[in-house]
Amino acid sequence: MPLMTLRVNGSTHQVEAEPDTPLLWVIRDALNLTGTKYGCGVAQCGACTVHLDGQAVRSCITPVSTVGSQAITTIEGLSADGTHTVQNAWVAGEVPQCGYCQSGQVMSAAALLASNPRPTDAHIDAAMSGNLCRCGTYGRIRDAIHRAAGEG
Amino acid sequence: MPMIEKLARRDFIRLGAVAGGSLFLGIAIPSSRAGGEGTTEAVLQPNAFLRIDPDGGVTIWLARSEMGQGVRTALPMIVADELDADWDRVKIVQADAHPDAYGRMMTVGSTSVRGGAWLALRRAGAAAREMLVSAAAAGWNVSPAECRTDAGMVFHEATGRSAGYGDLAGAAAQLPVPQQPTLKDPSRFRLIGTSVPQVDVREKVTGRAGYGMDVRVPDMLFATVVHPPVFGSRVGSIDATRALEVAGVRDVFAVSNGVAVVADSTWAAFKAAKLVDITWADTAFTMDSDAIFAHFAELLDGPGASARADGNTRSALAGAASRVSATYRAPYLAHATMEPMNCTAHVQSDRCEIWVPTQNPQGTQSTAARLTGLPADAVTVHVTYLGCGWGRRSGTDFVQDAVETAMKAGSPVQLVWTREEDMQHDFYRPAALHRLEAGIDAAGRVSALNVSIAAQPISGGRGGAIDGPAVASIADSPYAIPNFSVDYMRPDLAVPVGYWRSVGPSQNTFTLESFIDEVAHAAGRDPVELRVELLAGHPRLRHVVELAAREAGWGSTLPAGHARGIACVEDKGGLVAQVAEVSVENNEIRVHRVTCAADCGRIIHPGIVEAQLSGSVIAGLAAALHGEITIRNGRVAQSNFHDYPLLRMRETPRID
Repeated sequence: MPLMTLRVNGSTHQVEAEPDTPLLWVIRDALNLTGTKYGCGVAQCGACTVHLDGQAVRSCITPVSTVGSQAITTIEGLSADGTHTVQNAWVAGEVPQCGYCQSGQVMSAAALLASNPRPTDAHIDAAMSGNLCRCGTYGRIRDAIHRAAGEG
Repeated sequence: MPMIEKLARRDFIRLGAVAGGSLFLGIAIPSSRAGGEGTTEAVLQPNAFLRIDPDGGVTIWLARSEMGQGVRTALPMIVADELDADWDRVKIVQADAHPDAYGRMMTVGSTSVRGGAWLALRRAGAAAREMLVSAAAAGWNVSPAECRTDAGMVFHEATGRSAGYGDLAGAAAQLPVPQQPTLKDPSRFRLIGTSVPQVDVREKVTGRAGYGMDVRVPDMLFATVVHPPVFGSRVGSIDATRALEVAGVRDVFAVSNGVAVVADSTWAAFKAAKLVDITWADTAFTMDSDAIFAHFAELLDGPGASARADGNTRSALAGAASRVSATYRAPYLAHATMEPMNCTAHVQSDRCEIWVPTQNPQGTQSTAARLTGLPADAVTVHVTYLGCGWGRRSGTDFVQDAVETAMKAGSPVQLVWTREEDMQHDFYRPAALHRLEAGIDAAGRVSALNVSIAAQPISGGRGGAIDGPAVASIADSPYAIPNFSVDYMRPDLAVPVGYWRSVGPSQNTFTLESFIDEVAHAAGRDPVELRVELLAGHPRLRHVVELAAREAGWGSTLPAGHARGIACVEDKGGLVAQVAEVSVENNEIRVHRVTCAADCGRIIHPGIVEAQLSGSVIAGLAAALHGEITIRNGRVAQSNFHDYPLLRMRETPRID
């Protein structure tokens, strides 16, 4: 299997992977960064959202061979100690229920706020409607994004 | 905030325990203590649910599964309140499966709080508190009745003395465990009824919370399974040539419920699974959804089992001033938990270890014992966080897949279903066909109602037996209708069905409440006013209906094209009414606002209840607006979220 070099959360990793392997499975199974989740495998649910050079992407449909030198940020690397503004807003608003989708929700919200520090409800709907939550935490997600925007 | 810790090792000590009011003697209680059997350390562990260490730290074991409903916070709150523990010194540990130490561990049917756990957990905390007070009182030579407790301390006001629970643990452990400890008067609850910070939020927003798929065991292989697409079918023959050519694939073989693919990564297993050439046998089931509903309609024309027979519905209908009838059909629904079914298993000659997101730890343990031939106490079941449950994880089919695969692989195996397998091999919310007829008298009152229900049974039993879930919330509807009958017709089909969030009331409330609106319309009655009349004998639910209507501004002017509807239900001890404000735009239903009123009795944690109610609105809308599993040629037609959509944020209404 080809050897590739990936930049993940500020560190460089050498991984062996077939070129078509989705980034999701390299992150989870080769690097054991399990905070990024598998939900659908077809970019329908957003549970696998990571950042490539700061942009939110669905890692489940991103072949590892297309990543190149872009900086990969996973939920584990969003902040050094888990206290990113978005994460703190999520804690303050007690957003999660089961929590499985929340890594992806947080990553999508962080990317939104990085490009749009004061999003309206319509902006939030547009940016967050690709992230499914089976528990139905959407109301608290919206409130938490507004809270993070107010504190960001 | 209490610390969560995953215990690195499990030892067992033997001691008497009181749990749920029954005395268990000599049972093995999971413990993190290194002392092992015969330990003389100064710890107090009067039952399986809690332990007090000499440093005053309190460990509380959670014996139910956390799947978003908040039991990881709410249940320990009950123990800690009765114990008068210092909540900041409480650690919460997920209990491994045990046949009887914790009572029933199955997390289903909204029973975690309102079932036996409420009293069992209160007694567990109260027993320890009583022992600590007795130990303190004996040491001070005062009466226990003169002592009080607060935040992990015992106080004797008259002499100004106090002692921490940790200092008292050793002496308390020498005392007998009270079998009927005195419980607090509810007015003295300190934690119960408050929204303490939930204990697992930070973990869940940093990616640290461990779900089933996040388990990593040394030398673990990854696997998936292909199940027969047609229900009732099985593996005939396998050609794995192409699958084995995929880099990283180790093995392909048949297991009881399909074909397992074992590989070095989940992706390699998924990729190869599509390339296994499988011939399926016994593909006799060829029905599609239309044929299934036609079959249900035939059953409704025949005799049924009577689930309710108040008055004489037949003659009351015949004598009614006017009659209304309608037929409703509810589709099969998938659970579609965000975390697909998965299980990690390590089977060795003398033991088996399992890590699994399950609602059924005890069933997992017995299933693994059966499959491996090991005694149950050689099977350790660790319960992870659950990426949603909704009833799906009460099954053990995915446990069987993993255990059989691990046995054959000879290594620890994490077996993960693809989303497509998860969608197509669920235990579905049963499809149902309801035929309803109501009689209205000359004064506009509902004089008679007959409901005939055809829906696959979830519960056991054969022949004419009534399936409780299929008639739930209709056969026991509190509506005061003098002639009220419910008949159940029992289909027997190969489509697997099971418990789906709220179970029978998910389809039956939709049906009954929609029909009551049709009756109100036919009788020229206001839907709220009619429900208030029908609930004359049930003031609690009537109050909830009135509250929802008032808060929603029932009767006030709406924007052009908008309309309101109301529904209510009593189920599993909860009483709920909701008013939805909707419009139809471009032939699509838009829900603008949902007002939800609920009376769920005593509340442990108001913040969690609010989250559950909001979530249930969204779950209901996903089912009502999008949810439909159809059967085509004996198999499920849908496969992923593109054709089985859930509700998205942009569709989510304002919820009050």
